[in-house]
Amino acid sequence: MTDRIAILGGGTGGAVLANGLAERLGAEIDAGDVEVTLINDGPDHVYKPVWLYIPFGQREPADGRRPLRDLVDSRVDLAVDRVTEIDTDAKELALRDAPDALDYDYLVVATGSTLADDEIPGLAAGGHDYYSESGALALRDELLSMTEGHLVLSVVGTPHMCPAAPLEFVFMADDWFRERGLRDDVEITYTYPIQRVHGNPHIAEWAAPIMDERDINVETFFNAESVDPDAKTITSMEGTDLDYDLLVTIPPHRGVDVVEEAGLGDRGWVDVDKHTLEAEAAEDVYALGDAATTGVPKAGSVAHYQAGVLSQRLASEIRGRPATATYDGKTLCFVETGMDAASFVEFDYENPPSPAPPSEKLHWSKLAYNESYWLTARGLL
Amino acid sequence: MTDIDIEPTDTVDARGAACPGPLMDLIGRVRSASPGDVILLLSDADQSLTDVSEWVDETDNELLAVDETGDDYRFYVEVA
Repeated sequence: MTDRIAILGGGTGGAVLANGLAERLGAEIDAGDVEVTLINDGPDHVYKPVWLYIPFGQREPADGRRPLRDLVDSRVDLAVDRVTEIDTDAKELALRDAPDALDYDYLVVATGSTLADDEIPGLAAGGHDYYSESGALALRDELLSMTEGHLVLSVVGTPHMCPAAPLEFVFMADDWFRERGLRDDVEITYTYPIQRVHGNPHIAEWAAPIMDERDINVETFFNAESVDPDAKTITSMEGTDLDYDLLVTIPPHRGVDVVEEAGLGDRGWVDVDKHTLEAEAAEDVYALGDAATTGVPKAGSVAHYQAGVLSQRLASEIRGRPATATYDGKTLCFVETGMDAASFVEFDYENPPSPAPPSEKLHWSKLAYNESYWLTARGLL
Repeated sequence: MTDIDIEPTDTVDARGAACPGPLMDLIGRVRSASPGDVILLLSDADQSLTDVSEWVDETDNELLAVDETGDDYRFYVEVA
């Protein structure tokens, strides 16, 4: 009998896991005892952290995009298709283009995040973002032509991808306008939904004084309710109006509908055991990365580490051994604090982050990792 | 035992979520609620005791009651 593992989503978590399984279970795959199928709704793997640099003219979308087939082990079956239904009782997936359902024995949901601009009236028309290729390109056009006025960055909803990226954006924008002699003519305001500038209190405590030093205005308890693109105002549920010339937002995020329809969790996020990554609502279903509700950031490093855990657990299951690998919440982030300096944080479920002093070395470390990321996607780093 | 006698319109179960998850879950539900709705937030995070009341103070919504007698905190918020 062949054990069939289906991985739904070819982002960081899905690609690293597929390669990890091919490595661990290579002999079983070669013998026909195991099949690993990676399903992605497009042919490319996308490395989203590149998007932060696009508005500043430092990267192009192509820098974050490579064919999955080039990255994933040849022993992995790659299906470029979209899953339209998950039946966890029958253990089968309905696909948009394939006539027959795909049966599985083990399913890993790695469907990531999607943007939900439509949840806030006026947001799509009035706001810009760098959380999508098209958004980053449109924002680049606006940012490169901005010489004066009010730039507002509003974190509209959490959880969102890369919790550090809103801080990074305003730190980079501040430095970028300063270097070009425009900062006196560009006011920068940062808004956040809760009473501090970041969800993690340790990071908030580190970031707030930097924002103060650099004359970045802060509005906390600001939950965007609507945007008026004609009047160029953003209004919060708390009753604050902000006028803007350029509005950059972190739009609300969701998972994918097919997850919610399968009863695996709300808003497309899969409820999981945060250590084993097993879905709470179905047998032999796991989730990782952005799709999994573990309470840690929706970040590439999380997906990477979780993929390592899941490849061990699945290999153990298939070999009939107890699965002992568990995820400890490990998260690692470089945090840009300007155009040529960055900090670094590392934390887990038990140990809070302690941001490192910003340095040029850490900035270059971040850029170097972004280049070597492709080794991670291949399962080598 | 609690003597709170409030019938919520909707319940948000944020038990197990780390802060600010419970507050963000509450805010998300308030967004789609109607005026007069009462939302019950369940949280087991101590920080929610300050997060929720501080946020409600910033809005026209009202924190009707907080039940701290059980294993979890129960916040009753009426939507303005």
